[in-house]
Amino acid sequence: MDLNFLYEALLTIIPGIPLTLKLAGSSVGLGLFIALPLALMRLSGVAALDWIARAYTFVFRSTPLLVQIFIIYYGLGQFREIRSSLLWPILRDPYWCAIIALTLNTAAYASEIIRGGLTSVAAGQIEAARAVGMNRLTAFRRIIVPQAVRQALPAYGNELILMVKATSLASIITMLEVTGLAAKMISETYRAIEVFIVAGSVYLVINFVLTRLLKLAEAHLNPHTRPHLDAVPGATR
Amino acid sequence: MNQPGAIELLGFGPNGWGAAMLLATAMTIAVALTGFLFGAMVGVGGAYAKLSDSRIARGLADGYTTVLRGIPDLLVIYLFYFGSSAVLTPLGRIFGATGFISLPGFLAGALAIGVVSGAYQTEVLRGAYLAIPKGEIEAATAVGMRPLLKFRRIVAPLALRFAIPGIGNVWQLVLKETALISVTGLVEILRQAQIGSGSTRQPFAFFVAAACLYMAISAVSTYGFGVAERHYSRGLRRL
Repeated sequence: MDLNFLYEALLTIIPGIPLTLKLAGSSVGLGLFIALPLALMRLSGVAALDWIARAYTFVFRSTPLLVQIFIIYYGLGQFREIRSSLLWPILRDPYWCAIIALTLNTAAYASEIIRGGLTSVAAGQIEAARAVGMNRLTAFRRIIVPQAVRQALPAYGNELILMVKATSLASIITMLEVTGLAAKMISETYRAIEVFIVAGSVYLVINFVLTRLLKLAEAHLNPHTRPHLDAVPGATR
Repeated sequence: MNQPGAIELLGFGPNGWGAAMLLATAMTIAVALTGFLFGAMVGVGGAYAKLSDSRIARGLADGYTTVLRGIPDLLVIYLFYFGSSAVLTPLGRIFGATGFISLPGFLAGALAIGVVSGAYQTEVLRGAYLAIPKGEIEAATAVGMRPLLKFRRIVAPLALRFAIPGIGNVWQLVLKETALISVTGLVEILRQAQIGSGSTRQPFAFFVAAACLYMAISAVSTYGFGVAERHYSRGLRRL
């Protein structure tokens, strides 16, 4: 294996990391703003709202992300009304199209995770909160949300890793993030194996750091699972 | 210019793309099934390695699942599609072939999907094996079944029962992953939609039609897995 070439490939691909992180970060952040209302709609008990949220998640979870990206990037441009609208500068930019598609997609998955977290809170906990006189909002903020987040975090962590991987599809609509730069280098050098090793390692490092951070967050949210100080020899309060 | 309506465009008339889209759907299902079955074989091997006593086998299987689940599938498809030529071209030269040899899109895509889904199937099958009550396996050993017979009559049917929901999820992933194989030029649903939208300038109609085809396959498979789950859970007491 040619170490010089691997080093060259690394130097070519590293500049794509910020774009990969930006795509993943923005869409995950924006996705939460759609996911939370969707989850609440599913739990609202209002048939119409429930049905809309169900249809949304079904459509986005049962079609490939690449098809969603193509509908937004290539499909919407078919209509003259859209091409002459104020939104056109955004909808003809591959960066924004990728972010819109990733956001709508992750919202569908995240809403199910949030719903699972919210429904996992034991009924007794909510009854107890109401019994001590908390109103609905206080009970939601103090009792339900902290426990729901604790429950949902592992699944949401998986979704974050899937999103980092999903940003690679933006390369198909010309974005030069990590996979885009790798594909460009493969087509220029025809050395797919070496470039794959380098690009793959970049993703593995990103996802490794992400898993570590998630582990830290999980430990922070679950103080009751930490070893008790009295059980640690030599520890002082 | 007067553009044809969506029904004429995607119908089965002389100007319709309906037949081409259905043929592409068959290709999507074929490549998904091939990749999925290859992944199932990899998954059985991976689960066997993860459950074995050999530390080396467990380490290799752990490395495999960690790496494949942390790398974008698109990169893996590029590796198999473009990387195969880096291996096959020198091999071909040994046998006297000249020029560039690479795997066809179907094979490269199915192999890539198999390797990726194999990592997920490894975890599903490992979990299913661990869900089998130990007593069942001990009883099979006690009546004198050999390992292969025990696997065929006791372990495989019981593990399958627990694995069906997980396998259903992996199948849905595989189905959606096939859309990425369009980058190799294989004419499956998405590639056919690209060809159609290129020549009619109606990308929205074609990509929405593609989305509907994926949804239809997905809905039918969800139903099928539900039936299979009920079938294999006969005689299982639900509390």
